[in-house]
Amino acid sequence: MSGEVKPRVRVPGTAAAGETIVIKTLINHRMETGLRKDSDGNTIPRQIINRFTCEFNGETVIDVAVEPAVSTNPYFEFEAVVPEAGEFVFKWYDDNGDVYETTKAIEIG
Amino acid sequence: MELTRRGALALGAGAALSLVLPAASARAAIEDSIANFTGGADIGEGGITLTTPEIAENGNTVPISVAAPGAVAIMVLASGNPNPDVGIFRFGPLAANQAASTRIRLNGTQDVIAIAEMADGSFVQVANNVKVTIGGCGG
Repeated sequence: MSGEVKPRVRVPGTAAAGETIVIKTLINHRMETGLRKDSDGNTIPRQIINRFTCEFNGETVIDVAVEPAVSTNPYFEFEAVVPEAGEFVFKWYDDNGDVYETTKAIEIG
Repeated sequence: MELTRRGALALGAGAALSLVLPAASARAAIEDSIANFTGGADIGEGGITLTTPEIAENGNTVPISVAAPGAVAIMVLASGNPNPDVGIFRFGPLAANQAASTRIRLNGTQDVIAIAEMADGSFVQVANNVKVTIGGCGG
């Protein structure tokens, strides 16, 4: 499954120091709830993204504990302060132990 | 089988009980989640906004937004789902505001609840009713 998981993040390329920016994130993932049954009546095991985090230069922006009630292809939108140039690190934690990670650099200008 | 008055009453009582029990266990699950989050503290009102659509045509993906200025964490619960937990948003020092948006699954028409933990350790909550046309939990 990990081969098809592709995180997508929208972060502006530049910001003024101390500016507030909007971050939008999306990752394609089935978010299997563990409640559904297949055509043979067997329960399909749960496999979801159970945690999402965003950090900037090592400081936390947001840390979300995710439950199966979050939709397929989980989407998160939030706002961050950019005190200096640096890098946003986004991580999604899968039930199967995989961690999908992506980064976005931002310049001050 | 001959249907006696006593038998009919017993059947009726059993049916009523089976209707009440799931509702009671769901409420217990919500109370457990809230107690885990608040540690049993009193929950006030005000200072938190929850934005939900009045009517969601598709329960599989319902856009919601929560905002609670000054919060350290916001928990979202869907009271009518098989598992009421939706998620807990914790805000770090670089969060510009204590607000976030996401998309959630709702099993049917129900109240969506958001509870915020404020920096001073107090809790506030808000609940919105969302009418769902097609449920989103695969059941």
